[in-house]
Amino acid sequence: MRSLVNRVGAAAAAAGALIPASVYAAAVEGQVQKQSTNYEAIVMFLIFVVATLGITYWAARRTKSAKDFYAAGGGITGFQNGLAIAGDYMSAASFLGIAGLVYTSGFDGLIFSVGWLVGWPIILFLVAERLRNLGKYTFADVASYRFQQTPIRTLAACGSLATVTFYLIAQMVGAGKLIQLLFGLDYVVAVVLVGVLMIAYVTFGGMLATTWVQIIKAVLLLSGASFMAFAVLAKFGFSPEALFARATELHPKSISIMAPGALITDPVSAISLGMALMFGTAGLPHILMRFFTVSDAKEARKSVFYATGFIGYFYILTFIIGFGAIVLLLAPDASGAYPFLDAAKLAAAGGKPAPAMIIGGSNMAAIHTANAVGGNLFYGFISAVAFATILAVVAGLTLAGASAVSHDLYASVIAKGRASEHDEIRVSKITTVIIGIVSIFLGIAFENQNVAFMVGLAFVIAASANFPILLMSMFWGKMTTRGAVIGGWVGLISSVTLLVLGPTVWKSVLGNPAAIFPYDNPGAFTIPLSFLAIWFFSITDNSQTAQDERRSFQAQYIRSQTGLGAEGASAH
Amino acid sequence: MKENAQRILANPKFQELVQKRSAFAWTLSVAMLVIYFGFILLVAFGKGFLGTPIAGGVTTWGIPVGLFTIISAFILTGIYVNRANGEFDELNRQIMEESK
Repeated sequence: MRSLVNRVGAAAAAAGALIPASVYAAAVEGQVQKQSTNYEAIVMFLIFVVATLGITYWAARRTKSAKDFYAAGGGITGFQNGLAIAGDYMSAASFLGIAGLVYTSGFDGLIFSVGWLVGWPIILFLVAERLRNLGKYTFADVASYRFQQTPIRTLAACGSLATVTFYLIAQMVGAGKLIQLLFGLDYVVAVVLVGVLMIAYVTFGGMLATTWVQIIKAVLLLSGASFMAFAVLAKFGFSPEALFARATELHPKSISIMAPGALITDPVSAISLGMALMFGTAGLPHILMRFFTVSDAKEARKSVFYATGFIGYFYILTFIIGFGAIVLLLAPDASGAYPFLDAAKLAAAGGKPAPAMIIGGSNMAAIHTANAVGGNLFYGFISAVAFATILAVVAGLTLAGASAVSHDLYASVIAKGRASEHDEIRVSKITTVIIGIVSIFLGIAFENQNVAFMVGLAFVIAASANFPILLMSMFWGKMTTRGAVIGGWVGLISSVTLLVLGPTVWKSVLGNPAAIFPYDNPGAFTIPLSFLAIWFFSITDNSQTAQDERRSFQAQYIRSQTGLGAEGASAH
Repeated sequence: MKENAQRILANPKFQELVQKRSAFAWTLSVAMLVIYFGFILLVAFGKGFLGTPIAGGVTTWGIPVGLFTIISAFILTGIYVNRANGEFDELNRQIMEESK
C-alpha cells in the first residue's frame, strides 16, 4: 500500500513537471473550492433526509396491522402505485449506475436500461394478474398454494434473501460513495452510517412509509433528472447528434462508445445478461409486493402501465445524463482545469483526462453532472434525492428480505401458522437489523464495483431461483413439490456459485489472479437449468402427494383466472 | 366454493375469457420477447450494424433501435391494460355474478 502511494506520488510529481503549471494549479484549486462550498449542498441534503424520516414517523403511527406493514393497507391508487413501483426501480443502480456505465462505456449502458424495462410487460401479461387473483403477497405464497409449505417456503426465503443481499450491496456502495463524497467522510464510516439509518427507517415505518417515500422521491428524481437532461441537451441546441459528436471527441474510447462492445464483449455475455435482466424482474421479492398496495386488479394493471412509462422515460434521461457526464466532466472549464477529476491521477497521466479519474468513482458521474449544470444547491438537491432514493429502495428490499424470514420461515415453517401478528412483526424487525449489519460488511467489500452491474448480479439469482417456479406453478399443472424444490435449489445454488466463481467476485473482490468461471453473468446457463430440473423432477414424480398436487391445479387455475375466493385470503 | 368452481368451469364465458385473455397475453409477450431478444442478439452478433452511423453522422443505428425497444415496452403495456380493464374485467364480472 505504502509503495503504491509512493509510486503515485512520484508519478504525479514527474508528470507535474511536464505540464504547464497553470493547469496543475487550477486543478488543485478546483478541488479545494469544491470542498469549501459543500455547506449549501449539505444543508439541502440534511433538510431532505429529515423530511423523509418525518414521513416515516408519521406513517409508523398509522401502521396498525400486518397488512398495513407489508402492503400499505391496500389503499393506494394505480397512479400513485405506478410512481412507487418506478421509485423502487429508479434506485441507485439505475440513476447512479446507468449514468456511470454510459459515462465509462457509452452505448453498453443502454443495454441495462432496456433489459430492466422489458421485464415489466412480461410480468403484467403473464404473472401480475394471476398473482393478484390468488391474493398472495410473495412468490412463496403462490408457490406453496398447492405444494407442501415447509420445503417451498424454506427455499423461497433463501432465494429472496440471496437476491436481496446482492441488491443491497449495490445500494450500500452507491450510498456510501455519495456520503463519502458529500461529507468528506471515510468510506467505511459512510457505509456504517447508511446501514444504521436504513435499519431505523424500516423498523419504524414498514411498507406504508416506503410507499409514500417512494412516491415523493420518484417525483423529485424525475423532475431533477429531467432538468439535468434538459440542461445537457440545451448546451447542444437540443441536438443529440451534436452531444454525441462532442462526447466521441472527448472520450478516450472515441467513436466506439456509440456501439456495443466496450463492456459486453462476447455473445454469451450479451445473451446471459439479457436473460437475467428481463426475467429477474419477475423474481424480485420487493417488486411483487407492490401489486397488493392497490385496491383491485384494475388499479394494479394501471400501476404497471404508469410505472413502465415513468421508468422508460427515466432511463432515456439517464442515458442523456451519462453522455452529459462525458462532455461536462472530461472537458476543461474556462480556466483550463478539470474540477471533477482527481488532480493527482490527472497529473499522473500527463494532464490527459480519462473517465476513471473521476472523484469518487464512476458511480458519482451523475452527481458531478448535477453540480456542473446546476451549481451547488442543485448538487445538494440531487445528492439528497439520490440518497433518499437509496434509503427508500434499501428499506423496501430489507422489508422484503425480512418478510421472507418472518412470514415464510418463522410464521409458516417454524411456528406452523400459530405465530401471532405481533410475533411476526417482531421477527421481521430482528431480521432487519441482521440484514442491515450483513450488508454493511458486504458494502465495504464491494466498494469499487459499478452499482448497475452489481444489481445485474442480483437479477441473475432472482431469474434463476424464483422466476422459474413462479411461472411454472401458474402455467404447468403437472408440476409437483419435488420438481419445484429441486429446480429452485438448482437455480439458486448454481447461480450463486457461478457468481462467486466469476470475474467480479473471484477476481475483483477476493483478489484471485483469474476467475474460475469466465462469465460475469451466468444467466444463460442457470435459468434454463432450473427450468429443466423443475420439468424433469416433476414428470418423474409418481407419488401419491404428487397426484394430489396435480389434481389441485384446477382450483388454483380457476382462482388465478377469476379471483374467486381471493377476497378473504388477502386479509391474512 | 366448490360448487361455485364447478359452475364457473361449466360457464362458456369462462372458457371464452381464458381463451381470449391467454391468447392476447401470449401474443403480446411473444411480441415483447421478439423485440427485446432481437435487440440482444444484435448486441451479441450484430455489433457492426448497431455501430453503423446513420447518414454519415456520429449517431449510430444502436440509438434508435434501443429507443424503439424502450418505447415498445410502454406501448405493449398500454394495449394490454386497455383491453384487460375493459373487455376482460367485464367478462370476469359476469362470470362471478352468474356463479353465485
